[in-house]
Amino acid sequence: MASQYPKRLKQRKVLLMGKSGAGKSSMRSIVFSNYVATDVRRLGATIDVEHSNIKFMGNLTLNLWDCGGQDGFVENYLTHQREHVFGSVAIMIFVFDIESPEFQADVINYSNIIHALQEWSPTAKVFCLIHKMDLVQNQLRGRLFDERSQVIRDHSEVFGKTIEFFATSIWDQSLYRAWTQIIYHLIPNASEIERMLQNLAELIDARELVLYERTTCLVVAKVTRGLEKQNPFKDRFERLSSILKNHKQSMAKHTGVPAGSANFAELQIKTGRFMFFITQLTENTNLAVDLPPSEQMFNSARINIQLVRHKFEELDVGVKRLLPQPQS
Amino acid sequence: TGKLPNSKTGDGKPRLMLMGQRRSGKSSISSVVFHKLPPSETLYLETTTKIKKEAMHSFMDFQVWDFPGHLDYTGPEFDPENLFDEIGALIWVIDAQDEYLEAIHRLNRMIIYLQSSYPAINIEVFVHKVDGLSDDYRGDTFRDIIQRVQDELSDNNYENPPVSFYQTSIYDHSIFEAFSKVIQKLIPQLPTLEALLNSLCSNSRIEKAYLFDVLSKIYIATDTSPTDIGSYAICSDYIDVVIDVSEIYGWDRFMQIGSTTAGEVGLEETGNQDADSVITMDRKAHNYLYLKEINKYANPSTILNVLTVCSLRYLALICLMGEDSPAGRKPLIDHNVSVFQDALKQVFPR
Ligand SMILES: Nc1nc2c(ncn2[C@@H]2O[C@H](COP(=O)(O)OP(=O)(O)OP(=O)(O)O)[C@@H](O)[C@H]2O)c(=O)[nH]1
Ligand SMILES: Nc1nc2c(ncn2[C@@H]2O[C@H](COP(=O)(O)OP(=O)(O)O)[C@@H](O)[C@H]2O)c(=O)[nH]1
Ligand SMILES: [Mg+2]
Repeated sequence: MASQYPKRLKQRKVLLMGKSGAGKSSMRSIVFSNYVATDVRRLGATIDVEHSNIKFMGNLTLNLWDCGGQDGFVENYLTHQREHVFGSVAIMIFVFDIESPEFQADVINYSNIIHALQEWSPTAKVFCLIHKMDLVQNQLRGRLFDERSQVIRDHSEVFGKTIEFFATSIWDQSLYRAWTQIIYHLIPNASEIERMLQNLAELIDARELVLYERTTCLVVAKVTRGLEKQNPFKDRFERLSSILKNHKQSMAKHTGVPAGSANFAELQIKTGRFMFFITQLTENTNLAVDLPPSEQMFNSARINIQLVRHKFEELDVGVKRLLPQPQS
Repeated sequence: TGKLPNSKTGDGKPRLMLMGQRRSGKSSISSVVFHKLPPSETLYLETTTKIKKEAMHSFMDFQVWDFPGHLDYTGPEFDPENLFDEIGALIWVIDAQDEYLEAIHRLNRMIIYLQSSYPAINIEVFVHKVDGLSDDYRGDTFRDIIQRVQDELSDNNYENPPVSFYQTSIYDHSIFEAFSKVIQKLIPQLPTLEALLNSLCSNSRIEKAYLFDVLSKIYIATDTSPTDIGSYAICSDYIDVVIDVSEIYGWDRFMQIGSTTAGEVGLEETGNQDADSVITMDRKAHNYLYLKEINKYANPSTILNVLTVCSLRYLALICLMGEDSPAGRKPLIDHNVSVFQDALKQVFPR
């Protein structure tokens, strides 16, 4: 059974770039290291490149390069370290500070980096985050975002066709929206996972299933069925990430364990309109289940998930043996 | 400790009066606690120039009066009959990051005035903005303020005045905790509630139980075992999780045309049924947190409208479980909670 899935070791290199102070390390610490938004004041400027290996789904290790944005470092990336930095990149995330007083200069800087990337990793995917949007008045956000995106796209060379733009802020769930898309792009067997979730949803007659990674709370895959497709809360997936992440912090504080390991075994919520629970599915993932308000369905869903759990584990298994332990 | 309404002209709603120097944080406090304004946005609040009266409809109705900082309320330009006529509390806000001698002096005049004319008013002092002070300095400042108030009062022959002090900040849970204690003193049924919670805790091996007003995040009672701010914080955060998830998945499916064709025929949805929730922890799979909505009132016109579901009045019981509460015990807890709920209905008949 296990053999029918591709078991290649996936080490994906992700570059995080942008001017110094743009907010790169802040967002990295929040998404991957359990910082809360107010903690980022403690961060100093990044010196050179900070590497982190983040084990994501079983067979995916994210190799994140947080590249300090001070001019001297960037100069160095573009010259002496050109191949080392820009070689075999899967994704480059470029962060623009919306408050930056010199957008023109930022674009020139961006353009230099795009050329280096095009030279060494022409098949990479570029995500562009227009960051610190909380500092802009609500009515102006949309227009400003469109204008900036257009200029940046025009300077993106071969990446111009596929580049994706997100407006982000560490103060709300927009950060999760962007990172969910980025991660989705990296998961090698997303369609496989989605197919299995679909089957599971039909088996237990769920309204919605959301599979998310335990540390980051980023959504990996989801299935929505029937009437739930009309759920008016279109942003509910990133909201869920953000709710669960906050809850994790709060439990960690209370129990005194590090936020990384403050995991619950199960969360249940039952109301007259829906029933809901979250349970661990595989080593790195939790499953959120949204059901109609029926005790019977609720109980049988829990049992059925127990029973199919090993099938999802297989997506992880074999790989674990191949994978060198990522240093943290 | 509770007092019964004794109003002649008022409407029987306890009154919370926020007073103190300009920029001491009064408007910020009422916006954060009662209007859910994010604390960082209080920077943009304008200075208050006239008394702002608001009615709060929560598990009990009360009024919050926000006063401009510069006026003297003991003077004749205010009709004291109106001001302190209703039972309630005077909340005096002192900015701990600022010079506070003048504030203390004015506070003392107020205390003496109230003691002689309106002894039924509770006097509560919030030593505020303590987030800006280092831990050591914070404690020293707090003690210094208490000492100065007491010294000045005893110079005027007022020994042991009934004044309570709290350290508060809008950037953490402390402001909610302080408000909870202020409001608890105004609930005549408090001793009964505490007794009920005590017996629930001992029957179900619950470590700590809170009765929360879901909307304001104020707790109106807890069992009498020692409280620490950490337990309040985790329970309050847990309410957020349940409310947020309930908003996302509790949308009204009946409003959608053709909902009965969606393959869920025969499942009655009852929008006003009390929610319950439990969290089990990894280690030893013991229960950790338990929540049950109670005492929820829905009138038919609001049941159908998702957007108002969250504005219904209700209380929630939240329990922090002890280490020895295996997940299998939930049915027992459910049972004990329903007994508790019945008892509560007698305390708050509607
Ligand atoms: N208002 C606001 N400030 C932010 C946001 N994200 C980050 N900041 C602030 O921006 C400042 C710089 O953030 P860092 O994450 O250290 O910047 P960096 O891009 O890693 O900078 P280098 O490491 O020097 O390249 C910090 O003071 C953060 O608090 C945001 O979304 N909104
Ligand atoms: N650091 C800190 N600042 C606060 C706190 N509460 C209020 N402030 C700030 O104090 C200033 C004055 O608050 P405001 O409510 O307008 O005072 P008022 O004149 O008494 O109504 C504002 O800039 C608030 O942001 C707090 O708990 N901590
Ligand atoms: Mg940095």
